[in-house]
Formats: sequence, structure tokens, C-alpha cells
Amino acid sequence: MKLELQGITKRFGALTANDHISLTVEPGEIHALLGENGAGKSTLMNVLYGLYQADEGDILLDDVVQHFAGPGDAMAAGIGMVHQHFMLVPVFTVAENVMLGNEETGFGGRLDLPGARAKVREISKRFGFDVDPDAIVEELPVGVQQRVEIIKALSRDAKVLVFDEPTAVLTPQETDELMAIMRQLRDAGTAIVFITHKLREVREVASRITVIRLGKVVGEASPTASNAELASLMVGRSVELTVQKAPATPGAAALVVEGLRVIDAIGQIVVDDVSFEVRRGEILAIAGVQGNGQTELTEALLGLQARVEGTISLDGRSITGLSVRKVLDSGVGFVPEDRTEDGLVGEFTIAENLMLDRSYAGPFVSRGWLKLIDLAKFAGDKVAEFDVRSQGIATPVGRLSGGNQQKVVLARELSRDLRLFVAAQPTRGIDVGSIEFVHKRIVATRDEGVPVIVVSTELDEVVALADRIAVMYRGSIIGIVPADTPRDVLGLMMAGEVPPEYQQSHEQEQLA
Amino acid sequence: MSVLTPDVAVPAAPTPGLTITRSRSWKAPIALAAFTVLAILLFFVAGRSGHSTFRLSTSTDFVKLPNAVLPTHGTGVVVTIVLALITLFAAYRTLGYKKTPIWLIALFGVLFLVGFLSWAGANNSILVPGLLIGSLSLSTPLIFGALGGVISERVGVVNVAIEGQLLGGAFVSAVVASITGSLWIGLVSAMIAGALVSMVLAVFSIRYLVDQVIVGVVLNVLVTGLTSFLYSEVLTNSPGLNKGLLFSPFDIPVLSRIPLIGPLLFQQNVVVYLMYVAIAAVWFGLFKTRWGLRLRAVGEHPQAADTVGIRVNATRFWNVSLAGAIAGLGGAFFTLGDLGEFQKTMTAGAGYIALAAVIFGRWDPIRATLAALLFGFASNLQNVLSVVGSPVPSEFMLMLPYVVTILAVAGLVGQSRGPAASGKPYIKS
Repeated sequence: MKLELQGITKRFGALTANDHISLTVEPGEIHALLGENGAGKSTLMNVLYGLYQADEGDILLDDVVQHFAGPGDAMAAGIGMVHQHFMLVPVFTVAENVMLGNEETGFGGRLDLPGARAKVREISKRFGFDVDPDAIVEELPVGVQQRVEIIKALSRDAKVLVFDEPTAVLTPQETDELMAIMRQLRDAGTAIVFITHKLREVREVASRITVIRLGKVVGEASPTASNAELASLMVGRSVELTVQKAPATPGAAALVVEGLRVIDAIGQIVVDDVSFEVRRGEILAIAGVQGNGQTELTEALLGLQARVEGTISLDGRSITGLSVRKVLDSGVGFVPEDRTEDGLVGEFTIAENLMLDRSYAGPFVSRGWLKLIDLAKFAGDKVAEFDVRSQGIATPVGRLSGGNQQKVVLARELSRDLRLFVAAQPTRGIDVGSIEFVHKRIVATRDEGVPVIVVSTELDEVVALADRIAVMYRGSIIGIVPADTPRDVLGLMMAGEVPPEYQQSHEQEQLA
Repeated sequence: MSVLTPDVAVPAAPTPGLTITRSRSWKAPIALAAFTVLAILLFFVAGRSGHSTFRLSTSTDFVKLPNAVLPTHGTGVVVTIVLALITLFAAYRTLGYKKTPIWLIALFGVLFLVGFLSWAGANNSILVPGLLIGSLSLSTPLIFGALGGVISERVGVVNVAIEGQLLGGAFVSAVVASITGSLWIGLVSAMIAGALVSMVLAVFSIRYLVDQVIVGVVLNVLVTGLTSFLYSEVLTNSPGLNKGLLFSPFDIPVLSRIPLIGPLLFQQNVVVYLMYVAIAAVWFGLFKTRWGLRLRAVGEHPQAADTVGIRVNATRFWNVSLAGAIAGLGGAFFTLGDLGEFQKTMTAGAGYIALAAVIFGRWDPIRATLAALLFGFASNLQNVLSVVGSPVPSEFMLMLPYVVTILAVAGLVGQSRGPAASGKPYIKS
């Protein structure tokens, strides 16, 4: 089935998220929609899927204009979507998720579960998936959950499949497998829309590429275009894809973590016997697929986890079991992975957010009174230094873009005298310009002689920033390797396999 | 840009492949030990002599069972020893990182109860069928309320307004039945009244996004105030509106002749029989039909339901209304099924106990029913003991159902996962 979007326009108040976007996807082709976070890709797909109504423009399937009042209509017309955040009910089985909204029932309204199981098995077999229809979805690895999403779409006879940032949660190996599945679907005649901001994947799999920026189509490219060409099209100017940094000059070990174990509320060991050290003036990047204990590890360093065993010492002093406030006071800067949840108070102004870590005493508090004049001056300086684009320091941070919010977090955390800097997912969901800025500041912090830990699920970011790379898998650090380790080795390690020649270097690091 | 807000928090679920640490939970052995100490104090230290008689059937029963006569002191001694053994066994299991099985706790409870009843009823007789039938009758509105609560919470709306739905159902059914002279029309009107209370909850929480707990509490206060006002101002002056009509019980052939169980379960009135049907229907519906699958999906992950074409807010609205209708039936039991006439605040907090039964029953209709039966039994135990003339002060016994509720919900449930999106409005931008 051929999909055609003609002049789709979608406005949210004053913001035009999609501005006359036109796009054609033929059966048997993979059309990549490339654009930065916030470029309007997801809005466009939500219009296509009936979740939003377009203000202008038409959706055509095989040259027939469609009117979708909701996702049900879009699905009935043959459009399937694999969502970035899986739209699966975690406590349901695979079969229940696949049949939901499209249930066959037997006598007395009884659900036809055997039929749904058979359908899951049939589609799994056709594409070589290994999916148990009776498995509970939340107990499956993310890669398999994604296949359940694909099965769900295919079980409704989708002829047009939309993949919305499908690789964000996958290991490199899982990504390769997904690419293979997409090719297989393409060869079976499915029209595929592939939304992403990852250049490598686009060039690997796309038949055609449409680039959108700030809600507009800014160009088409062929898969043979270079990374630099695609990136400059996407961002609107030439971009430095690599981070400029001098070789590290590491000093003495500053942070020493030994035998760290973190146990969560239901008794699972989420960080298992982790030992490592970070030296002054180096960046240790912690790589790994989301959910392998990185979050809990950083939270344990900060004193945010309840059940922690093992020792953490900073510059020879133990910070194990200290309260968060004491940890911060001993010179730890922390960029949490979810800035809107843990990093900022959305309703507070930029100035107020900048003093959140120092709300007890000086320099902004004196005998319980806020020193608003000092704070305003400080905030004004930081906004200028960190290039926070806003209407002033009294703007609530909730109204800023993701990139500017992250700069506020960074400005706050870097404005104390640091002995350790921990940045978790520092560039998640922010624009390329802000990514460059954040990366530069992280490297600058390292160059001042501060030990830095960067946690990232983006292999590109890990490789760009790291002086050494620790890979986490199922709660353990399965290896600490040099920054020049090939990507495919890192990919294997993220999936839990350590090639023999790299096991050696881990031990050497331990001895060092 | 994210389409659908707010994100549903992902509940803690075991991640595949992670080791689970073993930890000892001493909650159960400590609680059992406390009760064993209580048993020693009551049955030994404050032990009473004589014989306690348990009457197992009444004169009208088809099959008559003989009375069980137990020596009071001897029973107390035996029971206390067994309780101590169970406690030791539980402690031993905990040392070995094992949980105390729920059946053992249930056995402990029953034994303690036997010991306590024989102690309290020394040189007296306790009518066991009366104790049980009274429990069922006190449990019936709780069960209807709990079923309403289960449906409402499963679809994603916290139903604190069960109390209001029960009271509304009780008032309206009494008045409508008195005016029309038809019990059946009264019953239907109770369902409508419950559904109307629910619809207010639904509109405010789903359409206007008001905090569901606050709307629920306010509704309870409103219905209590309204029915009390109408009762004092209208019903007391015109007795024709509150005639005291009552469904009469009828026997189910054959089943009603089973000893003990027959008179308990199958010599009831139509509201109780409707309750049996409702329990089965809600269970089957929730877990075996399209209606239930969609309902649960909406309560667990509304965005996922939305993306497969299920209308989330409409599903919520109609199922919350249905939940109110079922709770309304429970209200009708107070008037048409039990007492006949409406009395001021006659539900006396049953709605809140039903809510506790929902949580104790882990959002499952069968377990919630069992929980409601336990709470009903605790209430009736207090009635029976005050008749027998137990040495425990009556004020203390009045606390019993609530103490049992708190112990059950706080102590035994532990960490349980309700529907993930319960209480969270679904906002589509």
C-alpha cells in the first residue's frame, strides 16, 4: 500500500510543529524520517496514526484520502506503529497484548485466547521470532518486547509500518537484528517509515531519506550521503561530530568503589559487586543498555539508594552511607538522568533552580533569609556563561527547551568546587547544539582535574567522551576497556559477552 | 514532543536474569508470637473453668448435628500449645528464609478463635449457625461494595465513594420501594442511585481531573448529609415513604438441606443470591472476556489501550458507573434485604471497610470477597460475644472489626501492586 502525506500542518497554539510536510512512501521501501529531537517527527506520526488531527493537509492511502478520528481508524486502514515507548500492558501476556482492541470472542463473550496464541506463533514463525505467547510482557527483555509490538501491528494486517525511534532501547546486536527484520518486511511488500536521529542506521537501511528541521521538510538525501552531509542538513549548519579533546592526564585515584552492591525494594541485586576507580582528570564512561544497573549505581554514589553494601571513598574519605546533602557537600556534582523528574523543579524559576543544592546555608541563605540580590546576580552570570536561552532568570524552567533545562542543571552542578562529577545521560533528548555545549563543558571539567563519570546508553557519546570505558551488564561491570576499543567489541560486551583478549585488560585495570 | 501525558510510572517488576537476595521477614512469626502470648494470658492466667457448648444446628434444620461440648480449660490449654508450635514452626521457616504460608496463618486464626470462643463462652452456649449467618449478612453489603471497588480501581479510578454509593442505594431503594410498593423497582432504583453517585465521581475525576480521593470523600460526606437531612425532615414525618418492606428468604431446593452450609448459604433472600451471581460474573468478566481485558488494559496502561483504539475515558466512565450500580445493590441489602427500613447513616463506614477489602483482596474479586467475609465475621463476632456475656469489655469488642481490618491490610498484604494507572487521570493533549 502506498502512503502519501500532503501538506500536513499541525499547530499547538503559537508553535507550528508540522509545517506543510509532504512525503510519499511506496510499498516495499524503507523511508527514513531524519530529524533532531523536537523537529516534529513524532507529531507527524501521531497525525498519521490518528492520535492528533491535522490542521491542514491530507493523508492518502493508495490515492484515497483518509480521515482518521483515532488510532482505531488508522489501524483499520492498515497502518501499524511500533512506538518508541512500547504500548504494551506490562502485566498482560504476549497473546493478550496482541489481541487487545481486536479481540475474537467465543461463547458467552469468552476471549478466544487459543486463537490469539496461534496467531502469535504463526507470525513469529514467519519472521523467525522466538516469542512465547504466554510469557508476561514485563518479564521479557526489551528486544523481545519490541518484537511483540511488531507482531501486534502485523496481526492487524498492517501494510504501512511506522517505527518510531526503535533503536533507542536496543543493544547494537539487537539493532542489527531489527534492521534485518525491517529489510525482511520491506521485501514482503510493507511500506516502512523509519523515524530516527541516528545517522548510521539511516544509511544502513533506508531506501530514501527525508530530513525535517523545525517542523519543515528541509531536504531529501540518498543513503549514500555522508554522515557530515546528513548532520548538517538535520541541524542546519555544519556540526562537529566528534568531541575535540586533548589526551587525558590522569592524576591519583580520587573515587574508589569497592564491592558495591545495591539491593532494590523487592530484593533484587541491581548492582552486583562493582569495583572501579576514577582518577583525577579522567572521564570514565559507563556504557550499557538502559536498565543494567547504571541508574542505581549513580544513585548509590549520591546516597539516593536505600540498601547499599560495599565501600565508596572519595579522596581517601569514605562517603558510604552518607546523606545526599553530605555527599553533595563533600564535593560531588550530579546530573541526574531524568532532569524533569530529579534535576529540576519545573514550576521554579531558573534562579531558584540554580540554588536548590545550597538551600541550607550560604552563599544564598543567611539566617533563614534568602539573599535574593546575590542570587539574581549569580543566576544572571550563569545564564550568560552557560548560554541558557530564556526570557530571564525569573522564567520557570518548565517552559525551557530540553537543552536549556539541561544547561541549568549543568550550571548548578558545576558552580561548586567539585571533587567528583557524575553525569547520567547528560545529552538525552536535547538538540545537537546543546549536545556540543554539554560535551565541551564535561571535557573542560575533566581538564580542570576533576574525576568525571559519564553514564550513557548512546555508544557514540561513550566513544566520544571516554578516556576509559566500563561496560555494565545485569548489574555487574563486565569489563573496563580503553577508549579506543572497537565498537563491535563494546556492542558484544553490552550484550554480556567479553572477547577473551579484552578480559585481560580488565584485570590490568583492576591492578593499576 | 511527547503526545500522551502523564507517563505511567513503571511499577517494580522482577527483571529477568537478576539475582534475588534472600531476606528474612520476621513480621509473621512476631505477630503469631504476640497472639500466642495473648492466648497464654487469657486461657492460662485468666483461665476459666467449666464447659463451653457449641450448637451446630438449629431446631428447624433438615439435618440436625449434635452439640459440641468442650471443657473450657482443657481446650484453652490444647489450643495454646498448638499455637505455640505453629509460632515456632513459622520462626524456623523464617530462619531458613522461607515464608510462612497463608494457610498456616489461617489455621492459626481459626484455632485462636476456637480457643477464644470457648474461653468467652464458658458455661454458656454459642450458636455456630447464628454466628455464621450473621456474618454473611454483615458481609453482603461489604462484598457488593468491594466488587464495585475492584471494577472501579481496575479501570483506573480510585473509588473512595463506595460508602456514598451504599448509603445512596439504601436510601433510594427504601423510598422507591415504599412509594411503588414493589421491592424489585426498589432494587433497580438502588442500582441507579449508586450509579449516579459514581457518575459524579467519574465526571469530576475523568473530565475535570479533580483528585479522585478528594471527590470520593466529598461525595461520601454529601450523601451522608443529604440522606440524613431527608430522613429527619421527610421520612420521619411521612412513614409511608419508609414502610419497612423486606425481601423474604426462600430455600434453594436440595442445597439448603446440606448441614451447616445449607442454612447458611441457601436459605437467603434474593439480594444474597444476586451477590453470588455478581461475584461469579465479575470474576468471569474481568479475566475471561473482552470487556475485562479492555477494562484492565485501561487501568494498567491507558496509552497502550488508546493506541489500539480503545476509548479510555469512555471505558472508565461507564465502568465506574457500573461499579456504582453494584455497590448500590449492596446499599439495597441494608434496607430491602436486612432491616426493611432506612435509618440515618445506617451503613456506618461499611464503604470504607469494603475499600479495605479491595486492597486486602489485591484487586481480585474472589479474594476481595473472602476479605469482606473476614471483616463481616469480625463484626458479627463482636455481636455474638456481647450476647454470650464475654468478660471482655464491650467497648473493646466494638473495635474488633476495625482492628482486624488494620491488621489485615497493614500486616498481611505487604507490598502489593494495584493497577498501575489507578488514580491517575488520562490526559490526551
